Amino acid sequence: MNLATINIAAILPTLVLSVVGIVVMVAEPFVGEQKKSNLGWLAFAGTLAAMLSLVPMANNRGQWYSNLWIVDDYDVFLDFIFLLIAAITILTSMDFLRREELNHPEFYSLLLFATAGMLMMAASNELVMVFLGLEILSIATYVMAGFRRADLKSNESALKYFLLGSFSSAFFLYGIALIFGATGSTNLLAIADALRSSKIQISLVSLSAALILIALCFKVAVAPFHVWTPDVYEGAPTPVTGFMSVGPKAAGFAVLFRVFLTAFPSIEDRWGSAIWMVAALTMILGNVIAVVQPNIKRMLAYSSIAHAGYVAVAFAATSDRGVSAALFYLLAYSLMNLGAFAMVTIISRKEDKLVNVTDYAGLGSKRPGLAAVLSLFMLSLAGVPGTAGFAGKFFIFRAALESRLVWLAIIGVVTTVISFYYYLSVIVQMYMREPHDEFSDVRLCGSLKFALVISAAGTLYLGLLPTRVLDWTTTAALR
Amino acid sequence: MLELILFYTFGAIAVISGILVITRHNVVHSAAFLGATLFAVAGIFLTLHAEFVAGVQVIVYVGGILVLFVFVIMLIAVERSVHERQYNKQWTIALITSAILIVEIAYGLYRGRDSLVLPAVVPPAAAAAGGNSEQVGTALYTSYLLPFEIASILLLVAIVGAVVLSKKRTPAEE
Amino acid sequence: MVTTFHYLLLGAALFTIGVIGVLTRRNIMIILMSIELMMNAVNINLIAFSNRLQQVTGQVFAIFVITVAAAEAAVGLGIVIAMFKNKETMNINEIDLMKW
Repeated sequence: MNLATINIAAILPTLVLSVVGIVVMVAEPFVGEQKKSNLGWLAFAGTLAAMLSLVPMANNRGQWYSNLWIVDDYDVFLDFIFLLIAAITILTSMDFLRREELNHPEFYSLLLFATAGMLMMAASNELVMVFLGLEILSIATYVMAGFRRADLKSNESALKYFLLGSFSSAFFLYGIALIFGATGSTNLLAIADALRSSKIQISLVSLSAALILIALCFKVAVAPFHVWTPDVYEGAPTPVTGFMSVGPKAAGFAVLFRVFLTAFPSIEDRWGSAIWMVAALTMILGNVIAVVQPNIKRMLAYSSIAHAGYVAVAFAATSDRGVSAALFYLLAYSLMNLGAFAMVTIISRKEDKLVNVTDYAGLGSKRPGLAAVLSLFMLSLAGVPGTAGFAGKFFIFRAALESRLVWLAIIGVVTTVISFYYYLSVIVQMYMREPHDEFSDVRLCGSLKFALVISAAGTLYLGLLPTRVLDWTTTAALR
Repeated sequence: MLELILFYTFGAIAVISGILVITRHNVVHSAAFLGATLFAVAGIFLTLHAEFVAGVQVIVYVGGILVLFVFVIMLIAVERSVHERQYNKQWTIALITSAILIVEIAYGLYRGRDSLVLPAVVPPAAAAAGGNSEQVGTALYTSYLLPFEIASILLLVAIVGAVVLSKKRTPAEE
Repeated sequence: MVTTFHYLLLGAALFTIGVIGVLTRRNIMIILMSIELMMNAVNINLIAFSNRLQQVTGQVFAIFVITVAAAEAAVGLGIVIAMFKNKETMNINEIDLMKW
């Protein structure tokens, strides 16, 4: 390879994020203590610039950098989701960091680097690149989870996330090493070719596929690899929890789809049933355990496990329709879950003290606006018609039925009904319980309002007019 | 014959000190045995003619990571941890899980060992033409240029993360 | 004759030792060391395959793995120190504010 094959446009969004991340850090000493939140706006502008640079990237489709980097519609759509997640998380954390007196702009840098890692994961055509992207995302997220250093809960969250994360990374690596030995390559297309040529002993390939699957299941937190999730989500600073519940999850699924549908389609009979069981178990466990959680962050943690189960249903469908439904669902879920966590950030107040579902009692009469927005997110997470959650679930179950996964669709519908119980209990608290709190110290500043408006508008738009986005995901899913 | 002796010597050192790493009560002893394992693994790399990686293993792993471990062990009290409970209460479940894992891996490797004979094997003479470091360097700066650059972001994230986590706390945080 | 299979078995043995260490030990430092053992096991596999296939790429991957191991060790030890400042223990079962 010579210098001529370097294509800046193909990696432009990643480059923009990394450069802005560095600029934010370098600029910190030159900015006064009072103006540090302006660096948050700089980081926000960085995500917008990266979104704009998706346009030149999309014009450079194909494989670049010795076939390590791939630009296609799938990649562009996922990058859009990741950048949206980063933008909303930055808006949510600006006020949070000021409130908690944690105003270190490194937070934004880490968030931008983590997003760059997600972009790499989606665009990688090669397992070692996937691994590097995954590690950038994970390491940045470990640190963000432990960002409230003086709080033992935050330390514990970071430590548990780190131990489980690096443990699963080692499994992922072992899988890569074995597939490299079996096929002589880690390029996804080369692996697929090698598997088709049939000279390879299948048990070695299945072993490595299993190791990679286990590692990614840890990362996206599906049962039975979900046990770390509630503790990590509860202890992390709330905006970080919001980010963790959507970012690494979406990126992990992006890799799962890309790796298994590109490299391992010829041994689908071996991993298909595993996905089936994972999806069923995840939906059941996530939704049932969420019912008994008094802490709203733990409740949303189990809810996020359950939602990963729905995406796994789309994965089990192993069709273009399934991938398209999964992409739609990831976008819808990201918007509504980030919105819900933005509300939790607002209500929890200083030091994340008020995080029980009962702390929301009477919000409807004291702050009707906030209660209405939170109700929208809860209804959408539950999957009420007219919201993004309903549209997403509908497409997923339709894809499952088309692939004859009748039982999975039935389990999905039944567990959705169970989920109404815990989502609606929040709404019941807000509107039907006597307030024991005036909510007078609930501040709502501009950036948070902005985050809520984006998530709420997105949730409604995807719920009421899903066709345009669905067309986009359909083209993105075509391989 | 020499290669057999070397393999078994290094392999035995790696495995035995690996077992000692996870069974010692004193963390300092574990760290010392980890060092032995790392050196033995570097030796294994040498028997596979990967001289450059063997050097990196010694410089980065032993000289960097292991020293970091020892620093942290010195920084935090070790006396108390020697007298604490050393193993999880669920250690039986853990051992059963590990046993299942090793059986699966061994079975997979055993069944797949024939497929490890791959087509298109370059004769060693041609491969050795450039010298190991030169080959690695060429691959790193041409085909793997992009991951090489990405690794620099990874290291940057790790530096920033480590500094953020351990720098002096502001009065507001205390 | 030493074959690639020998090296794979050595790698599998080291990997399993690492897994057992992570799952059974309670001392955080030893758990971190066990994760390093797992990474080393992977590197043995990669180098063995690199030798078998006469491709230098396996060695390049091993260098990336060492890079990642260094980054993870730095951040992991940073987390341990941050926690130790708040609570002086190395025992993972004492870290149980939230039920596991």
